[in-house]
Formats: sequence, structure tokens, C-alpha cells
Amino acid sequence: MGRILLVGRLALRDLRRRPVEAALLLLAVLAATTTLTLGLVLRDSAAAPYENTRALTAGPDVVMSARTTGQLAAYGDAAGVTARSGPFPVATSTLATAGQTVDVLVIGRDTVDAPVDRPQVTDGGWVRDGGMVVEAAFATAYGLTAGDQVTLGGRAFEVAGVAVTAASAPFPATTCLGEIPCLHGVAPAGADLPPGMLRNPGLVWLTSADAGRLGVVSYVLNLRLEDPDLAATFIGSPDAPRVALSTEIRTDATEVAGDSQILLMIGAWLLGLLAVASLSVLVGGRMAEQTRRVGLLKAVGGTPGVVAAVLLTEYLLVALVAAAAGLGIGAFTAPLLADAGAGLLGSAGTPALSIPVIGTVTGVALAVAVLATAVPAWRAARSSTVAALADAARPPRRSGWLIQASARLPVPLLLSLRVTARRPRRALLAVAGIAVTVGGVYVALILDGFLSKPFAAGYTVAQVETLRRVLLLWTVILLVLAGVNAIVITLATVLDNRHTAALARALGATPRDVTAALSGAQILPALAGAVLGIFPGGYLLFEAIMGITGGDGDRATPPSAWQLITVVVMTALIVAALTAIPAHLGAHRPVTDSLRAETA
Amino acid sequence: MSTTTGTSLVRASGLRKEYGRGTGLLRAVDGVDLDVERGETVAVMGPSGCGKSTLLHLLGGLDRPSGGEVWLDGARIDGLGEKALARLRRSAVGFVFQSFHLMEELTAVENVELSALLAGRSPRESRRRAAELLDRVGLGSRAGALPSELSGGQRQRVAVARALVNEPAVVLADEPTGNLDSVATLDVLQLFDDLHRAGQTLIIVTHDARIAATADRLLTMRDGVIVDETRLTGGSTGRLGALAGLED
Ligand SMILES: Nc1ncnc2c1ncn2[C@@H]1O[C@H](COP(=O)(O)OP(=O)(O)OP(=O)(O)O)[C@@H](O)[C@H]1O
Ligand SMILES: [Mg+2]
Repeated sequence: MGRILLVGRLALRDLRRRPVEAALLLLAVLAATTTLTLGLVLRDSAAAPYENTRALTAGPDVVMSARTTGQLAAYGDAAGVTARSGPFPVATSTLATAGQTVDVLVIGRDTVDAPVDRPQVTDGGWVRDGGMVVEAAFATAYGLTAGDQVTLGGRAFEVAGVAVTAASAPFPATTCLGEIPCLHGVAPAGADLPPGMLRNPGLVWLTSADAGRLGVVSYVLNLRLEDPDLAATFIGSPDAPRVALSTEIRTDATEVAGDSQILLMIGAWLLGLLAVASLSVLVGGRMAEQTRRVGLLKAVGGTPGVVAAVLLTEYLLVALVAAAAGLGIGAFTAPLLADAGAGLLGSAGTPALSIPVIGTVTGVALAVAVLATAVPAWRAARSSTVAALADAARPPRRSGWLIQASARLPVPLLLSLRVTARRPRRALLAVAGIAVTVGGVYVALILDGFLSKPFAAGYTVAQVETLRRVLLLWTVILLVLAGVNAIVITLATVLDNRHTAALARALGATPRDVTAALSGAQILPALAGAVLGIFPGGYLLFEAIMGITGGDGDRATPPSAWQLITVVVMTALIVAALTAIPAHLGAHRPVTDSLRAETA
Repeated sequence: MSTTTGTSLVRASGLRKEYGRGTGLLRAVDGVDLDVERGETVAVMGPSGCGKSTLLHLLGGLDRPSGGEVWLDGARIDGLGEKALARLRRSAVGFVFQSFHLMEELTAVENVELSALLAGRSPRESRRRAAELLDRVGLGSRAGALPSELSGGQRQRVAVARALVNEPAVVLADEPTGNLDSVATLDVLQLFDDLHRAGQTLIIVTHDARIAATADRLLTMRDGVIVDETRLTGGSTGRLGALAGLED
């Protein structure tokens, strides 16, 4: 009891003594937990609107299609079928509205009423002669509302209404019903499509008579099954009709939410890595100051376990607060990114935090804290008590060749190289942090370029907007965290080098030399990190994203050379600007102060 | 010096501590034999770098010897693991350092109760003992002050209170007045003198002959070896008279 009190007290007091560092720590972990929460919440909520729509419209378990009704007849009465609607005639046509033309799939349905698939009208009414109903996402994409005049196969029609269905994925992922080939996404340039193939078709309903006049090419039959798994047995039987399972439709319907979620999850991983890098530097930098504290605790009888607990508890507290705040912010912002689109009923609304999400986010935050602190805490706990009491700082390492190589360089560059060489592990962390950030920016550039092309990935304008928002959020958080990282590393370097810097100045270097050196020590790793972040970092990251999403990376163009050069140069400039402040402050401390601080 | 009397509280035999190796080998403590009786006050003097602090660290289990034996209260401690040493430091030994070594973020009373809490005492009992000890060192009214708000002498008195909180068998002090001016030195000395009278076993490393004069026994070290041992008669009666000259 007393020991727990003590550990908690020491952790809290230490955090309070260093509010800036505590805030930076919190920010680093918070960025990762927020993104992770968003990713997880969106994963949970992605499927909800489809399931909702399916329940409200009596969606089918399976949609079968064939050229003749005869081919379908046997299936309507097959064992295990509990309900059916259709067969309904299917035609194809071209819809023209306000100067645009677009391919459409047409289903002839005289009434909405049916045991299976009852599209829900969200605007206007159901079909009538000369009046068509447009699938909701398609209507949104082309700005169609009830009362609009359009032509279909050269004949004038009025939009009688707009409706939502679970028997097809919303536009532009429209499920290709009937034995009609269609192409989603961009057609290969200059390639002529095979005759009869539809390109990014939309879905509309007409009366059977109107559909018949367009030329029926196929029939669809909607079935509900006793056991949805039965659908598998319908596939692959000889002369089987074409089958679309509800699970496939759902996959297509939730693709955008799924894609956002994948982006966020990858973002969360990147941010998690950055957070570990930030934390390691902060913890490492503070370990130096903490050594004496550790020695003292040990001298008065703290066991290695207690010492490790004191050191870990601080970071675990920060991680817990960050997890709670990340869960809150993530749940709050998720609806902005979880736009279900017009094609489904019931937007994602406020995706709720589930116990597994809370558990995962908290677990990851704690893991980040443990990962970053375990090694230094363990080392401190095991260190010699006397040495810890006698001396505060970990003796810096020396990489002899770097120091030798730098001997002939101008003063600031020489000092920078020496500063870098003193702490090779920290320099590596700096390189890794920048590489992760630049890798993320590289991918963001590719995806942004990809999304700029109309209908590029088969997304609607609204969907592109959603993905863009996710991408923007991603980039902003990544950059903020990278900035925090750069400042943290410079601070640690300044603290570490105050003695050397003071000596250098005592021996005649100007404060400007020292500022340049301290900030130069950050720019060198930043440049290395930027280059590595583009290749192999960004390249591999993009391949990984394509691998996970099943996307076709060949359709994306890599960023142009000038974009990449800009990224590298900007990275160096931003790092220089960010680090100049702490470096400047460090360099201008009175020499005697710094020399005295060392012995205090 | 190496006689094994059953009553000795602290005993060292053939104690060695070496740093470095090869040509850089340095024998900081080079074969020390020592017996300290219960209730005895021993002062250790010697030139800078002769190994006084090192010896004290070895006796208190802050550091492990390169060779030889250390016994404390009848138990051998030189081979103990880190955890057992920690337990020993919080129950059997109280340290007082030249530079106080207080936790800057804890108040005086919290610093004192630190060891008690580490030893597993309840928060309430720890606080009671800490307050009592602060009273005893004359700082009852400054219990809530941070170390940065206390004078050097006051800080050292807090450190002494902390060293006493678990009623250790022996208090080891390494130049406890080294950072203090003469008035504060007198304060702290008075405190040690009180401890001495109360029967507390004390080993004090010091450069100050006037402190040494209050001890029962004075050991002089040179190059890691005890070269001289003097029994003092004034010490056992705890005369502070030898310090009269301080008040100028
Ligand atoms: N960690 C260490 N590594 C190497 N040598 C050490 C270490 N600690 C102490 N020494 C050396 O051991 C010798 C004894 O040191 P110690 O601190 O015990 O001396 P001291 O008598 O306490 O001196 P002072 O009066 O100045 O405090 C010195 O020569 C010192 O340089
Ligand atoms: Mg010493």
C-alpha cells in the first residue's frame, strides 16, 4: 500500500515538474491512439449501414441471373429457399442527363411489394409508365431528383423517385446483375470496350413494359435462404446461372468505408512508430537526468522492481490519459469520416466505442509506453548505485571515425558531426522518425494524385471527398507528430551538449556556430531520413497498402521528381526551423551557467 | 583490528575494491580489516582519494567488493543480490551524503517517509514516524517545505531524519558537513552527538578534525589502507567542547 502510494506520488510529482515534456509525451501517444480509435471504430461501423439497409429492404441472400426465365425456374423452388421475388427482366441502356451520358442497368419491376428486395423510396414515388426510379447513390452522383427529365435509350423519361436497395452495391460499385459484363473504374486509354459491356453503370427501375421496350437481355431472381451458406451450393452447378451473394454485395457496398479504415489503420501504425521514437528519445533524454534520482532511490532501499515501477508508472499514466483522450476524440470525429454515402440507409451515425476497441487502444498505448521505457528503466534499475549517485549523465559514446573525419570541416559542420556521433542511437531514431513521416507523405501524394482523376478508383465525388478528408487528417497528424519528434530530439541534444557547447564557446566558438551545429546535427539525420523515407520507405509502404487493399498499384503514378525534391528540401527546412528555437536557446545560455549546471 | 569479537556490529576482513585492470588497475580499498562495536562512533579520515567513500559504500551494501568479506549484524552481505541489498539498505543501514541527495520534488516530511514506505510500512505509520523524526531534528515546523526552500543545514537534517526512519543498526555518513558553513555544521554535529549518546552506531567519513574528535575511535586511511587507529577518550562522553572554536 505504502509502496504504491510512493510510486504514484513520485510519478505524478515528476510529471508536474516537467509540464512541457509531459505535454509532448501526451501529444505523441495521443496522435497514435486517436488514429487507431478512428480506424477501429470505422471498421466496426463500415458494415452497419449495409446491414441496416438489408434489414429494412428485405435484402436477398443471393441474386441469381440468367438469359432465360427457364434457367432460373428450378431455383425458385429449390430446397432451402424460404422466400423469393422475380424473375424480373433486365435491360441495358444509356441515360442522358444535362449533357452527360452514362450506362445503366435497368430492372423491370411493377411494384415494390415483394417478399424479397423491397427497395425503399427515399424521394418521390415508385415506377409508373414513363417514370423511372434511380438508385440513390447514382442519383446523388448525377444530381438527379424526383421530377427531373432524362432520356433513356433515346426516349424521354421523368425521374419518378429515388430508392435504396440491398440487392446491389451503391453506385459506382453497382453489382452487375444479369449476364451483362461491366467495367468498374477507368477504361484503358484508347481501348474499345467489347460490345454490350457496360462502363461504371448505374441502376434504375422501370415498369416491366418500359423495360421490355428497351430489349430484355436477362432475368434476375432474388432468394432468401434458410441457411445463407446454402448459396455456395448454387454456384458451380452445371449450366448454373450467375450468382451474386449478399456477402459480396456488402463487400462492394462498404468498400469506401473499408478503404478509409485501411488508410487509418496504416496511419495508426505509422503514428505508433513515431510515438515510440518520440517516447524513446524523451525517455532516453530524461533517463540521463533521472539517473541521480534512481541512485538516490536505490541508496535508501528501493529494489530494482520499485525503481523500474517508478520510471514506468510515469509513462503508463501518460499512456492511459492519451488512450482515454484518443478514444474520446476518435469517437467524436469518426462520423465525419464514416459517411455511409447516399446509397445506403442510415448513415454510420455515431459509431459506438465497443469494449474490444477500448481494450485494443488502451493496450496499444500501454504497449507503446512499455516499449519505449522498458529498456532504459531496466538498465537504470540495474545500474550501479554508487555510479548513479556520483554522476548524472550516461557517458556519450564516441564513434571515432566520424570524429576523425570531421576534423577538417568548418566549425559548425564539425560540431554537428561530433554532436551526432556522440549519440548514434538518437541519430538513428531521428532518421527513422523522419523516414516514417516522409514515407507517409509519399503515399499521401500518390493517393491524392490517384483521387484527383475522376472516377479513378471507381469512387464517386462524395466518396473521393471522404477519402481525401481521411488522407488530410492522416497527413496533418503525421506532420504534427514529426514536428514534436524533431523538437524533442533537439531538446534532448541541447541538454546533452550544454557542457560541450559551453566549452566550445569558452574556447572561442560563437553562439551562432553552436546554434548552427546543434540544428545541423538534426538536419543531417533529417536529410538521410527524407531520402530513406522515399525509397525504400514510401515505396514499400505503398506496395503494402496495395497488397492489403487488393488495389492495383499500376494505375497510380508515383510522385514526380520535383515533388520528391520539394519534399526532401522542405523536410530539411522545416526541421531546421523547428530545431532552431531550442538550439538557439541552448546556445545562448551563459557559459558559466552551463559549466556550473554540470557539477550541481 | 581483525579480532573477531562476537559483539561487533559491522565487520570487514581483507576488504578490497579495485577499479580498472592491467596497468590502469586502481586499488581504491586495499585489504581493510575493521570491527565496529554496537553503539560505537567511528570517524574515518584521510587525504582525498584514499578510498574513504568507497569503504563506506562497501560497508553499507551500496557497492560490491572485489574481494574480502563484509558482515553486518552477524550476517555476511558481500555476496548478496541487488534485491537483498536493497532490503538491507532500507532496514539495517542509514546513509547521509555530503550533497544531501534529497528528492527535489518531495517535501521534507515526504523525503523522510520515503524509506519507511519503501520498507513496506503503512502510509499512516510512515507519516507519523517521519513527523516525529523531523521534530527531533528541529524541523517540525518545516515539514511541508520542498528541499529548495530549505537551507543547506536544514536539508542535511532532513537527510539525517530520513536515515533514521527505519531505525537502522548503523548510520553511515560521508562528509555530512562538507557542504555546510560553520553554523550549519555545528547544528548537524549536535545532531550526531545526540545520536551517539542515544547509542546509535555511527561511521562518519570526514575531513574535519573537530568532528573526528567527538568519535570513540579515529581511523586514518591512506591509499586504500587503514594506516592508523586512535582511541579517543573525549568521544565516549560526547563532549562538544572540542568544537567551541567553531563559533567565530
Ligand atoms: N567508479 C570509479 N571508477 C574508477 N575509479 C574510481 C571510481 N570511484 C572511485 N574511484 C577511485 O578510487 C579512489 C578512492 O575514491 P574515494 O571516492 O573512495 O576517495 P575518498 O577518500 O572518498 O576521496 P574524497 O575525500 O575526495 O571524497 C580514488 O582514486 C578514485 O579516483
Ligand atoms: Mg569521498
